[in-house]
Amino acid sequence: MVVPSLKLQDLIEEIRGAKTQAQEREVIQKECAHIRASFRDGDPLHRHRQLAKLLYVHMLGYPAHFGQMECLKLIASPRFTDKRVGYLGAMLLLDERQDAHLLITNSIKNDLSQGIQAVQGLALCTLSTVGSAEMCWDLATEVEKLLLQPGSYVRKKAVLTAVHMIRKVPELSNIFLPPCAQLLHERHHGILLGTITLITELCERSPAALKHFRKVVPQLVQILRTLVMTGYSTEHSISGVSDPFLQVQILRLLRILGRNHEESSETMNDLLAQVATNTDTSRNAGNAVLFETVLTIMDTRSAAGLRVLAVNILGRFLLNNDKNIRYVALTSLLRMVQSDHSAVQRHRPTVVECLREPDKAGQRAHLALVNSSNVRAMTQELQSFLESCPPDLRADCASGILLAAERFAPTKRWHIDTILRVLTTAGTHVRDDAVANLTQLIGGAQELHAYSVRRLYSALAEDISQQPLVQVAAWCIGEYGDLLLEGSCEETEPLQVKEEEVLALLEKVLQSHMSLPATRGYALTALMKLSTRHSDPPCAQGSARSYPSSHRLLMKSPGSTQRDTPIFHLLRAAILEKMPLVERGGTQDEEAKESKEAQLSEAALVSTEPPVRRPEAPRGRGLGRASTPTCYLPHTLSCFSLHTPASVPNLRVFEREGLQLNLSFVRPPETPALLLITVTAVNTSGADVTHFVCQAAVPKSCQLQLQAPSGDTVPAQGGLPVTQLLRIFNPNKAPLRLKLRLTYHHLGQSVQEIFEVNNLPAETWQ
Amino acid sequence: MQFMLLFSRQGKLRLQKWYVSLSDREKKKITREIVQTILARKPKMCSFLEWRDLKIVYKRYASLYFCCAIEDQENELITLEIIHRYVELLDKYFGSVCELDIIFNFEKAYFILDEFLLGGEVQETSKKNVLKAIEQADLLQEEAETPRSVLEEIGLT
Repeated sequence: MVVPSLKLQDLIEEIRGAKTQAQEREVIQKECAHIRASFRDGDPLHRHRQLAKLLYVHMLGYPAHFGQMECLKLIASPRFTDKRVGYLGAMLLLDERQDAHLLITNSIKNDLSQGIQAVQGLALCTLSTVGSAEMCWDLATEVEKLLLQPGSYVRKKAVLTAVHMIRKVPELSNIFLPPCAQLLHERHHGILLGTITLITELCERSPAALKHFRKVVPQLVQILRTLVMTGYSTEHSISGVSDPFLQVQILRLLRILGRNHEESSETMNDLLAQVATNTDTSRNAGNAVLFETVLTIMDTRSAAGLRVLAVNILGRFLLNNDKNIRYVALTSLLRMVQSDHSAVQRHRPTVVECLREPDKAGQRAHLALVNSSNVRAMTQELQSFLESCPPDLRADCASGILLAAERFAPTKRWHIDTILRVLTTAGTHVRDDAVANLTQLIGGAQELHAYSVRRLYSALAEDISQQPLVQVAAWCIGEYGDLLLEGSCEETEPLQVKEEEVLALLEKVLQSHMSLPATRGYALTALMKLSTRHSDPPCAQGSARSYPSSHRLLMKSPGSTQRDTPIFHLLRAAILEKMPLVERGGTQDEEAKESKEAQLSEAALVSTEPPVRRPEAPRGRGLGRASTPTCYLPHTLSCFSLHTPASVPNLRVFEREGLQLNLSFVRPPETPALLLITVTAVNTSGADVTHFVCQAAVPKSCQLQLQAPSGDTVPAQGGLPVTQLLRIFNPNKAPLRLKLRLTYHHLGQSVQEIFEVNNLPAETWQ
Repeated sequence: MQFMLLFSRQGKLRLQKWYVSLSDREKKKITREIVQTILARKPKMCSFLEWRDLKIVYKRYASLYFCCAIEDQENELITLEIIHRYVELLDKYFGSVCELDIIFNFEKAYFILDEFLLGGEVQETSKKNVLKAIEQADLLQEEAETPRSVLEEIGLT
């Protein structure tokens, strides 16, 4: 029984009617089976229909390589219908990487030399689309013959096929260079356009060809002049501009020929001026020509007046309503900044207006215009922009300002001020090294220590949310706190700061849930530094005492080894003497449970890796005994909170060959929608876990923020765990689901694990 | 031009013309990336964007995105004209073209494109000439497909 296969239109209908991907696949597989059968033993008359269906299916992304041979057969057929679809199939399915493609060479050769134009056209089109280097070698002479045949339809295609051949086989330039002179006399726009493209290609590939074609500059100028002077022609004009495609191509060739060549540039001067002033700029077509003209003027040895004209045109472009025009103007100005700096500078005010472009071109152009003489004004403009610009442009703008400041800062103080302002305005968008850079900058400017610390203190007092700013401020206060408290600094307003205020501010930073662990580290270190220098140590100690810290924080500070300072010993004793955060007088059970909140680990302070336990202290140990402190590392952020947060039990979510992953949860009472999860990776096996990366996913109704992990190596034998903080914002109290993806190397293997955390306690989201 | 892609607002490919040699896998990857990038663009952004070492020029006409990848030295504004010209040609041929026309007659869309561009370059700047060429080819195709006359069938001619 012959099952009639679908017509193309019907097949398309059926595929579009499929409701699911699976259904679509089914329909297509069924039809492909038909097509295959038909290729094998079907009627050759209908082969083209089968191939057409296959091509449609191929466009949807399904495999169709079994149709390649059919393309060959169809191309070889004498019928035009077959050839049309066959060549189309060849262009879509044949790949020059496979030898099969060479099989069409013969058919193409035959088709090129037979008389029907449409067939020659198909062959040339295919050759210029998928012709490989070998094919081009084989068929070059055929194409050359067609270049000088009478019919314009075939000639215009032959010229462009030559372009393709030269791209694939540059040596073929020798064959295609000679005919160009004659072709340039053509009146047919298509052939002329193709010829100019061919000459352009030849010149770009060979300095000899470039030299050779310089002599046609006058001819090109004449052609373009005629075009420009010609009145409106329905056939080739677009919006009152005569054949803009041809004009643009000529201008481009002139650019290549006139580059670094006085004589050629001079020959085209008048014409360029003419085009620049006479082209209708009301529509895109005219602007396209004008744009190309500007590029040619700027890139050749044009007269000075002409160059100014060009830059002014770009300046006008910047004011154009059409955002596309503004964009190309900005990108061009960028390129010109090097060569024509002062001319471009004149347009700075307009460039400032363009800062608001949604694409970043405006910013880049603006930044490119910064130099040592205008840096203050430019930065001012950029800063104002930064304050109000959309968030997606902030990061680039902030980086840009910082870069410009680095390069052109007139004074150190200005530099510090600038960075400070950027940090205040867009702190969360700056690069990671901004903090280090600023601390280094301040550190190196001794005369500005007092100034810096005061400014930073004031900034911090106003806003403790911008992490980089807080970090720098905390560091600075730690280093130069004494300068803050004593006397006044001429460069800032008189500021009376009392010790308690400074400490209170640092405490506030420590307490805040907006503060990252790194920030807390800076703040705590500052507190410790202050306590060694203050007149009233217990004051500072009191604060520091309330905040047991993790080993990392203490090890992090630039400079001194913490354990040598007298304060260190004091702190240790003080901390062990009192158990903060624990209800005094509670039962032993309670104490034990709550003692998982925070203690100092001596071993960690000595910076060897102690065996890390989960934060559950065995009873009674480490309390009130100054001599043998055995303490445990806190892994939860709850240790930093004075309020007792809703306590949610920890969860072990993963274990494999000694690598364990634990989650601990904090729901800060002030922000009920926020859930803080600390992921802790501990490795009890004998081999290190390296390249450890943990990623997380939550339902769409929640927002997830992953902070940077403490490291990517989980050392063996229960060494220092890797921790990472997840901040989940769940305002709708949607049931929380958490999926984790771990990748790491362990025991000589690369491991990837993806799993969902199953038993999330309800307290994490309710 | 290195390639041209036509795709719908849902990201479905309607035409792909590649003027550079790439493997099927690479083409799929590039297509996916570019479609995603363009569909994510907001309406107020301009028609040009930089992608890898190329420039992408795109424009939306009704439910179809026309997207061209050009090299650094090529003129973006004239590429917009190329796109527009192609749309005009389709419109003239199909009579008020819509996406469905291009879906159901995709081969024709290719044939028209192949009369306008060749090897990634403009071959014919006269709308009239392009349409004439297509017309003639269509005629040739019809003649080729014309069923043999009754006389021929019974062997009398």
